[in-house]
Amino acid sequence: MSVQATVDKLKAKFGETVLEVIEFRGETTVVVKKEEIVAVCTFLKEDVGFNFLTDLCGVDYMGQAPRFMVVYQLYNIGTHTRLRVKAPVEESDTTIDTVSGVWATANWLERECWDLMGITFNNHPDPRRILLPADWEGHPLRKDYPVQGPDREPYQGRLQ
Amino acid sequence: MANHETMTINMGPQHPSTHGVLQLVLELDGEIVRKATPHIGFLHRGVEKLAEHRTYHQVLPLTDRLDYLAPMHNNLGYVLAVEKLLGITDEIPERAQVVRVLLAELTRLKSHLVWLACHALDIGAMTVFIYAFREREHIMNIYEKVSGARMTSNYFRVGGLSADLPEGLDKEIRDFIDTMPGHLDTYEGLLTGNKIWQKRIQNVGVISAEDAIDLGVTGPSLRGSGVDWDLRRDQPYSGYENYDFEVVVEEGCDTWARYVARLREMRESCKIIHQALDKLKPGPVLADAPKIVLPSKQDTVNTIEGLIHHFKIISEGFKPDAGEVYVGVENPKGEVGFYLVSDGSPRPHRMKIRPASFINLQALPKMCEGSMIADVVAVIGTLDIVLGEIDR
Repeated sequence: MSVQATVDKLKAKFGETVLEVIEFRGETTVVVKKEEIVAVCTFLKEDVGFNFLTDLCGVDYMGQAPRFMVVYQLYNIGTHTRLRVKAPVEESDTTIDTVSGVWATANWLERECWDLMGITFNNHPDPRRILLPADWEGHPLRKDYPVQGPDREPYQGRLQ
Repeated sequence: MANHETMTINMGPQHPSTHGVLQLVLELDGEIVRKATPHIGFLHRGVEKLAEHRTYHQVLPLTDRLDYLAPMHNNLGYVLAVEKLLGITDEIPERAQVVRVLLAELTRLKSHLVWLACHALDIGAMTVFIYAFREREHIMNIYEKVSGARMTSNYFRVGGLSADLPEGLDKEIRDFIDTMPGHLDTYEGLLTGNKIWQKRIQNVGVISAEDAIDLGVTGPSLRGSGVDWDLRRDQPYSGYENYDFEVVVEEGCDTWARYVARLREMRESCKIIHQALDKLKPGPVLADAPKIVLPSKQDTVNTIEGLIHHFKIISEGFKPDAGEVYVGVENPKGEVGFYLVSDGSPRPHRMKIRPASFINLQALPKMCEGSMIADVVAVIGTLDIVLGEIDR
């Protein structure tokens, strides 16, 4: 099934849940409401054949509303097509349901997203930090987290 | 009365087979592994965060430090993603494309040689380790000649290559590749018929195709479970569609199948390298895109346009259109992908790396729970992990 046919089916099935469809450099991105993310992903896997979750991550658009996007890179091993699904997450409620029940690989990817971006995945089977120590404070990939780390002056080089 | 209590032990990070920093917490019932919990994150360098504070050119050296056994593959994935973001994918010169394939396949050989060496050593076969590192040394020398560095090569550029191949290197590569099938025969002679080797890896670390797909396993680890999928053929990049090679698929789903798959894959890489050498024709190695690629030294010194472009690119970088792309490439460990979000500034708004080793490692508990503790060593080896890529 082509990507366009997939998008059409998705729109027909989920209606207003599909917020936006973006084309850029031959890639298709579908933005959906976060409340329906598990239903959308289950549909894409079981009915449309996107059986492989390539990657999952968060993007911080600080200063915009909604502030965060959770991004799912999907792949169909049968037809060798890609589709990107995004779900907006508000700063006031940084939670979204886990899709680890749809693709097992989401388990670690969601742990990483929580660890680095601070997005909580509801019903996650193992919600622990994965790359940083358990007692680490803050989420480094947020735009308001300093690149040099907290409580440290930026490196001034040899100028001073 | 028998005691059925389980015992929890740490395997690694100091265990030789855990490659330096991987820690596994194993729950053991005698010698049988009931539960395995990998702990990672000992290396985390914040590569993705650093990328947001550098221009697109400046991000490149961060990428070859991820999978340091296959640095050129990581460079390739990144430059392909940036080129797609810029919309200049079709403008890369033919010679640059061929050299990219040539070096990518040499890198695959190099990475697989380290896998074979370490996997065999973990299980107790030392001779193969020494032989495989001997051959790897030839590829390291080629790396040094093209990029000036043996490990952190930095040869691919957005738009092409940093420089053309040194004079006479194609003959040197051909001479080396002509000997490689003989070396592969030697490795197989030492291992394939060896009863100890067979007993240690047959029916060990079994993972079905369904489970492997569900867990996101890619590369030879997935093809060892019978899934016929290779990005070089199915989503070709750098002109891979013009090469004649076989996607190696094995049906065994065990460590043996993955061993056979990788060895056969090395022979296929030799075939591709031969074809790339035959295709190598004189020509430019950088796209004609003066606002993106640095002008030649001669133009920089002699023309005002060259000087301006050089200054602008070095001081400011280039500004791709706002948008987002994902490009995955078939690395020796599996699919490594770069997801780039551009906001129209000279720096990536977000760069997410899809690391093959990180996701493959998630399959380790599934592969070793229920088997013997000695099999954990074989499973770590068969996944061919690099912790630098896992932690980023």
